[in-house]
Amino acid sequence: MIKVGMADLNVCVAPNSITTLGLGSCVGIILYDQRNKIAGLAHVMLPDSTKISNNENKAKFADTGIDELINRMKVIGANPRGLVAKIAGGAQMFAFSKNNDMMRIGDRNVEATKAKLNELSIPILAEDTGLNYGRTIEFYPETGELHIKSVGKERKVI
Amino acid sequence: MSHIDLNKIDNMQYDVLREIGNIGAGNATTALSQMINAKIDMKVPNVELLEFKYLSDIIGGAENIVVGILFTLQGQIDGMMMFMMDLPASHHLVNTLMGKSDVDNSEDDFTEIELSALNEIGNIIAGAYLSSLSALTNITITSSVPYMSIDMAGAILSVPAIEFGKVGDKALLIETEFGDDMNTVNGYFILIPSLESYSVILSSLGL
Repeated sequence: MIKVGMADLNVCVAPNSITTLGLGSCVGIILYDQRNKIAGLAHVMLPDSTKISNNENKAKFADTGIDELINRMKVIGANPRGLVAKIAGGAQMFAFSKNNDMMRIGDRNVEATKAKLNELSIPILAEDTGLNYGRTIEFYPETGELHIKSVGKERKVI
Repeated sequence: MSHIDLNKIDNMQYDVLREIGNIGAGNATTALSQMINAKIDMKVPNVELLEFKYLSDIIGGAENIVVGILFTLQGQIDGMMMFMMDLPASHHLVNTLMGKSDVDNSEDDFTEIELSALNEIGNIIAGAYLSSLSALTNITITSSVPYMSIDMAGAILSVPAIEFGKVGDKALLIETEFGDDMNTVNGYFILIPSLESYSVILSSLGL
């Protein structure tokens, strides 16, 4: 199983699988080429690279992370026109007071991810986002299943 | 005022930040030790500049369940401070505080009263840490109420990591490990000043 860290991305071909551990307010974005059984996973931390001056690490942002992931998938033979997406994460880990800017970062990451996927006409087949708990996700390109593990909860497959 | 680039931090600045961690954590450990009336040792703090992808490898891996108590800082410096312990350590502390040190409930969920005890432990520790930092630098720092989360270490660390992500590609951790004789209490203090606040801290100390 290929492991992806925070602000990191990687690609994977069946029968291999790909995972990222302990997603909090970050969003895990799976792009998947069903026909070629090629998948990519990006673990993005922030919504928008254009709002930040230090934006060299493409995997850190929802917008550039998705672009870079598609490029990496093309290199190993994925068809960029046939991609679908599954997303998870974007939780609010701490119950900050309402006027706190940090409170909405999970939601903003999810919104930015959806906007970017929409712009590229990549359909989102399934999502498990928001709420207030961490998630470990595993994707299996062989079946297209995204497995989600959380503390004190049943394993979920979407 | 000195300027600081987290990717080009020099040895002198490292030493000062380490010392700040040392003094803050020392006071916090003393407060904790008095509260539970037991001896707690503290290791020499570690100042580390870590790439995000390695961040959650501290404190036992991204999926290790921890208690994270987070404070936002205001005043002349802003940022966050976080106090993290694993579950056995948290149960041990709460049990000791509540006078049931011989009970083994490390697998149980926390009761409501235990959660509020944990919050109070966080409050006392953060207060001791910040007041010593404030005394040392002569900077006014006030902290928010404690925010607590019990979840995977990676998920909890994502919150401070995102704050760092806005200014760079690495996180600076002023990390202190403490424990008692039986190693039942292990925890981390993580101090995360905003980028401008590093300059405020360093220049207050004449750097």
